[in-house]
Amino acid sequence: MNRSRLQEIIAEELLNIAPEAELGSVEPNTDLREELDLDSLDYLNLVIAINHRLHIQIPEADYGRIASLNALLDYLEQASQSA
Amino acid sequence: MSELTMPSFGADMDAGTLIEWRIKPGDSVTKGDIVAVIETMKGAIDMEVFEDGTIEALLVDEGDKVPVGTPIASIATAGAASTEPVAASAVTTAAVATASASALPASAPARAQTPTSGEPRARILASPLARSRAQQYQLDLSGIRGSGPGGALLLADIERKHGAKHPVKPAAARVKPGIDRSAMRQAIAAAMAKSKREIPHYYLASTIDLSETLSWLEARNQARPPEQRVLLGALLIKATAAVLKQVPELNGFYRDGGFQPSGAIHVGMAITIRGAGLVVPALLDADRQPLDALMENLRDVSARARQGGLRSSEMSAATITVTSLGERGVEAVYGVIFPPQVAILGFGSPCTRPWVTKDGGIEARTVMRVTLAADHRVSDGHLGARLLRLLEKQLQAPESL
Repeated sequence: MNRSRLQEIIAEELLNIAPEAELGSVEPNTDLREELDLDSLDYLNLVIAINHRLHIQIPEADYGRIASLNALLDYLEQASQSA
Repeated sequence: MSELTMPSFGADMDAGTLIEWRIKPGDSVTKGDIVAVIETMKGAIDMEVFEDGTIEALLVDEGDKVPVGTPIASIATAGAASTEPVAASAVTTAAVATASASALPASAPARAQTPTSGEPRARILASPLARSRAQQYQLDLSGIRGSGPGGALLLADIERKHGAKHPVKPAAARVKPGIDRSAMRQAIAAAMAKSKREIPHYYLASTIDLSETLSWLEARNQARPPEQRVLLGALLIKATAAVLKQVPELNGFYRDGGFQPSGAIHVGMAITIRGAGLVVPALLDADRQPLDALMENLRDVSARARQGGLRSSEMSAATITVTSLGERGVEAVYGVIFPPQVAILGFGSPCTRPWVTKDGGIEARTVMRVTLAADHRVSDGHLGARLLRLLEKQLQAPESL
């Protein structure tokens, strides 16, 4: 799956979780949770949605590697290629 | 005959707007059924009925705003309706399921598959939430594959099954008026001003080493798919409920000039509604829910707090509140008691700090500040300190939760 499609899916799911969030203004290299004011439950819901949509299970231990939007997309790109 | 009245979902609510009737005259209802949707300053709430009976008349129209306590429907209750027996055909599936076993002598095999709260639960493992949702959808548990531990049915399994039968529910299917931000602000202002005016708060704080607790939780979550992972928040609520049994003076209501302890432990949790404020729905009987079920309950209630669909019992029942600013980097949060409750616990962000260990060494440990604000009319600091001490001890032994 290519990066722009992945980004679309993330954007859709983030909109479900935080309808008020302004995705257009997200700086892709800063902490996503800070940018969108996501709490731990919102974040878990994002990880659950990613699992449903992309069949990629992100372990808690990897949370540090997916902090920014770009890092998350890198991670998913890699995971979907190796799957 | 009795009346259903406009319920109060908090000390700060004086009126509500009936935006949707879910029943009509002649309908049979069972305790816990949702009869109406009420719009309040806290968003749309599903109103439950608290007795079995038959609806006789609706006394207000959809769209009417009426004061708390106004009769909105009349209902013939089971006891009062003895002269006018309810036709068997009108009894809902739920009513049949909860009827006494002697009323259904010939249907034993069928009953074995019927999910009811009174039946032994030996055959089908399911979380309480999954069970009640299945009953609501009238689904047979035996026909559903469980994805939980040991094949247990979880809420997600029920929703998946229901979704397969009722595909593509349009987003506008349920009435969902937006949350009125200024009204929510007013509701918070009224409740908090009343609290600070009337409740003599005392405050305690304690720092708890969470390192072992977090390692335990990480290990437990490691092999699980995301929907079965448990967040620290659920563990803290479970621990709170577990230790409150030993400090009943902090669990209940201050009403009519005195303290009324509560046998049940319903833990209210403050949930932020982005840009609007917060609501404090309760996790009912938190002490009796296993950790996984409590986590499922927490996710479900949080989603409904933000999208509408909280139940009246969840809005008014909390016997204590917990608040947490999550990972916002705040070390301590000092709560304001939500009247008529008598205590609120605040959980700060876990953070790494130098910590003197039992053998006198210094280590980097993950610690958390826990605060308690309690009502001095009901308890003293000595008792509050006991709760914090018990909580610390409990959190060092998470496996017992």
